Amino acid sequence: MSAIQTIPLEWYLLLSTVLFTIGVLGVLFRRNAIIIFMSIELMLNAVNLLLVAFSSYLSDSKGQVFVFFIMAVAAAEVAVGLAILMMVYRNTKSSDINTLNKLKW
Amino acid sequence: MITTYLFYLLSFLAIMFALMVVFSKNPIHSVLYLVLAFFTIAGHYVLLNAQFLAAVHIIVYAGAIMVLFLFVIMLLNLNKETEPHKSIWLKASAAVASGSLLVVLVGSLKGAASIPSAKTFDASIGLIENLGQTLFNDFLLPFEVSSILLLSAMVGAVMLGKKSIK
Repeated sequence: MSAIQTIPLEWYLLLSTVLFTIGVLGVLFRRNAIIIFMSIELMLNAVNLLLVAFSSYLSDSKGQVFVFFIMAVAAAEVAVGLAILMMVYRNTKSSDINTLNKLKW
Repeated sequence: MITTYLFYLLSFLAIMFALMVVFSKNPIHSVLYLVLAFFTIAGHYVLLNAQFLAAVHIIVYAGAIMVLFLFVIMLLNLNKETEPHKSIWLKASAAVASGSLLVVLVGSLKGAASIPSAKTFDASIGLIENLGQTLFNDFLLPFEVSSILLLSAMVGAVMLGKKSIK
């Protein structure tokens, strides 16, 4: 007995939408660059959940393979992003993104 | 209807932990709540018959990525509330913007045509044998390209992390 027979796909669509919106809220709401990174991870995971849901409901394993690739891209993004963050902290002694406003306008 | 109750419980926990990630003051608490949110998403994968993906999700996210986050937070000594507060107008506009995004997305879902369900339900889709067949038959070139991506990310992280670049 799995969730596919009892739960309609629309609920997974709604859950992924809510999780994605919470990620967007985190990016807009906080100024700590690490928390913004974590919100981006949350958005990626909302999309992953949606891909797995579609893949299971349509009985097509290609969606789950795409989740693998998204995980690889997320790992690369986190490694480079945290290295940039370390560099920024070393230069400005702060993880506040508002110190990085030289490229604004 | 145990799976329905499990879906409700896991969804409630996922949304609550995601909100706690955004709203907790201490970055360490945010990381730990994000790990809990990833575990609930892994539970959703198990409910959706994607068992291998659930295991990979826990290993990669909770095991590797979040440890990297914790390592950086401890290295930068950010485990206290040092974040200056945004003004109340910026916070209100952020809440209004994301709330209206939620309204737009949910409204677009309401108008969408319903997905036709598959003719035959196949429970073995998420097993490692089927995933391996698909990965190495249809997606062999993207698989190799992703290895180059990981290599370049590793080189880039090492270059950025060096003390001084000439």
